[in-house]
Order: sequence, then C-alpha cells, then structure tokens
Amino acid sequence: MSEANWKVEVTGACIASGMCVGTAPAYFELDGDRNRSVPRSARPAPDPLLLSVADSCPLEAIRVHDAGGTLLAPLD
Amino acid sequence: MTDNAPGYPFGDGTGLALEPEYGRLRAEEPVSRVQLPFGGRAWLVTHHADVRKVLTDPRFSSRATTANPDGPRFTPQPLFPAGVMSMDPPEHTRIRSLVSRAFTGGRVEALRPRIAEIAGGLADAMLEKGPPADLVSMFALPLPVTVICELLGVPYADRDRFRELSDALLSTTALPPEEIFAAVMALNEYLAGLIEERRAEPRDDMLSDLVRARDEDDRLSEQELVEFGVGLLVTGHETAATQIGNFIYMLARNPEQLAALRADPALVPQAVEELLRHTPLGAVSGIPRVAVEDVELSGVTIRAGDSVIPSINSANHDESVFEDAHRLDIHRPSNPHIAFGHGVHFCLGAQLARAELQIALETLLIRLPGLKLATDGDADLAWKKGLLIRGFSELPVTW
Repeated sequence: MSEANWKVEVTGACIASGMCVGTAPAYFELDGDRNRSVPRSARPAPDPLLLSVADSCPLEAIRVHDAGGTLLAPLD
Repeated sequence: MTDNAPGYPFGDGTGLALEPEYGRLRAEEPVSRVQLPFGGRAWLVTHHADVRKVLTDPRFSSRATTANPDGPRFTPQPLFPAGVMSMDPPEHTRIRSLVSRAFTGGRVEALRPRIAEIAGGLADAMLEKGPPADLVSMFALPLPVTVICELLGVPYADRDRFRELSDALLSTTALPPEEIFAAVMALNEYLAGLIEERRAEPRDDMLSDLVRARDEDDRLSEQELVEFGVGLLVTGHETAATQIGNFIYMLARNPEQLAALRADPALVPQAVEELLRHTPLGAVSGIPRVAVEDVELSGVTIRAGDSVIPSINSANHDESVFEDAHRLDIHRPSNPHIAFGHGVHFCLGAQLARAELQIALETLLIRLPGLKLATDGDADLAWKKGLLIRGFSELPVTW
C-alpha cells in the first residue's frame, strides 16, 4: 500500500441502497446480515470513481479522505 | 417446455393487496417464466436476496434492454436509449452525478420547512372547504407537484398539461399505443421548450443547472438533457403523490396501526418505512434487465440475452426476511425493504420522497385528526388501471 492511498469509510447512515455496490463493485460489497455496505479496502489507491460514488450516495454515508486526512468527498 | 408461462402482471393493477401468485412463486419457483404484455417472455425473480443480486450484479444490464427495442417490456414504447433508466455505469454515473447531490440527505433536510409550509397550506384549504374532500386532488397530488416544480423550475401553472402526459407515460394498457407515443413526444417538446427558456435566461433552479452542465461542460447530450428533465418531472411527483393516497388508505384499513400512530406521531418515520415496504406502488414491479452472460440464480440458469424482472413488491413481502410479511406493523424493528429499488438505479429522489411522505402524514394526522375514508367498503373506490403503478384517481375522505 502506498502512503498516498486514500481513506474510505461507510458511516452508520448507510441503508444498503446498493448504489456504491452497483457503481463500484471493486471497492464496495454488501453485508447482507447487517444490511449495509462495507469498503473492500479502507485504504485504496486514489481513483476518481470513489469521489463520484461518495457524491452519489443518497445518504452521504461514504466519506473519502486523502492520505493527509482532508475530506475529498462528499463536498458541498 | 415453457408454453404455460403465465401472463404478467398477475392483476390489473387495482387494489393494494399483493397478488397471491407472488407468495406461491417464492415458495415453489422463485425464478420463473412469465409472459409480458409486450415483446415476449422474461424471468420473474421473487426472493429478496435474488432481487438485490439482479439489481447490483453488472451481468444484469439496463443498457442491454435497448439492443432489442421490441424485447420483453411493460410499455408499448421501447425504453428510451437516452434515459437514465436504460443506462449502466459508467454512463449512468455520468448523468446521475449531475444532480445526485441535490437529492442527498443534507439538501433535502433544508427543504423540509418549505415542504411543511406547502402541506400546511393544503390542509388549510381542505379545512376551509370542509368535508368531504378528494384527498388526491386537494393534497396528495399538489404537495409533490409543487415541490418538484419549484426544484426543477417548471411552472406550477402548467400542471394540468404535464399531469395528463405523465399518466400517459406510465401507461401499459390504459391507453392505445399511439396515444402513449403522442404523450411521450408532447412531454419531450414541453421540456425542450423550458430548456430553451433557461438557456436564454438562466434561473436558480435544477433545469438551469442541467443546461449549464450541457452547454458549458458538455457533460450530457441534448437528448439526454431532455430525457432527464422528463424523468425528473414525472418520477418526481407521480410516485409520492400516489403513495400519499395509498398510505392513508392502508392506515384507514388498519385502524389499530393508525391509532398507534396518532397516539405517538414520533413513530411517523418508521411508519413510513413500513408503509413503503408493505404497500405495492408498482403494478408490474420492476423494470426489466437483460443478462449479458449466463447467470445462475436460485438453481436456474438464466441465459445471456434473457430478460429478467426483479420483483421489488415480492422482495418486500419475502417471509424469509420479514416476519409476518403480510402484516402492516409500524413497530417492525428491522426493515431492509427495497421500495426505492437497489443498486445504481436506487431512487434518486428517495430522501425527498421520504421527507414528503413523512410531512404529509404528520400534517394530515395533526391538522385533520378525525381523518377517515368517506366510503364504507372498497367497491366505490376509484382505482387507476393499466398503469405501471397502483393508486387512486380519487380518494374521498372526511373528518
């Protein structure tokens, strides 16, 4: 893992809409038992798709930070 | 070997009791062949887990439905190739992300006071007129129509014109195909006209934002812009309008649930989730997908090219997920319903719809505490027929 890798988390606001799992299956999967989405890796390499997915989450439950901790998405 | 595929949908779209065929199929044949009104046969998928799989697995494509315009479908007109509902990622992500932030949690929360103000004004008008009144025309319809008009920038004064066209767009068998085609054209022309107005004179509304995304950033085509505008306008009001009437009917038919809600209005948000789960909005339940390779689902091999109908209504009544699924229970502790769909096409306006439905119920419960149906039995109720959705054309209430 590179030190430049981003940080991805799914917060408790998740309702398992499946939006992220459908859009970016390489990065997210559904935990059916808990009815929520989980990132496959908490520290993925930078990818603009992650920003788009975080912006598209209906609950704003996906937070993407850069390696330094600055919030990249979602932004207003 | 599949000559006995039953016709689907199972009923004519009247009534809010889910047809018994779904329960039988979940128990006996959770992936089964059905005959659609147009274009032939499809696989009907009825288990919650399988439906969610179809809706998130990229091997089930929305785009592939447009490869064969005469393929299995619910409307005489083919799916619009430039519409978001016929797109897969990444093109779907490109269009949807243009407005998705406008419909997410924080922005919708900020709209709540305005939605409550509109709802309050409608309740005032009902009280002023006095009982009985038609809940559909006096409350259920004007609330979401006003909200989407203000958001998009569509003149509320045009509501009669686009309302009629919207219903035609959602017709499966209610209207002759040529009338539906004419309505599609008329609605596209209407939106194209508004887009030209915003192009000449931008305002602070979503249509102006979309025109800017087209003209300055080239993020969507003109046809995509028009289709997206039509989609936002139609789905932005029909669904919530229909469910407000349906929810009031469901509560009236479940008086102990209604009493519990009146006793504790703090239960409204979870009651709305249960009403969303329990009340089948769709008469046909789910937009077809097409398998792009062979996929096995509950022991059945779906071949590449086959059409698949993921039944949201059936998933929401799956007894393996929801205990006593047939019961409306506003106290249900866990409610992983998929009333807003699942996956990339998860309802863009879900949070807005939730806010509208919650505010509608709160307003009606508080302002018209004696609200009840003005008809005794179900025989006199006026249902819409032959549409993609189930609901009332009129719902007489008194208080």
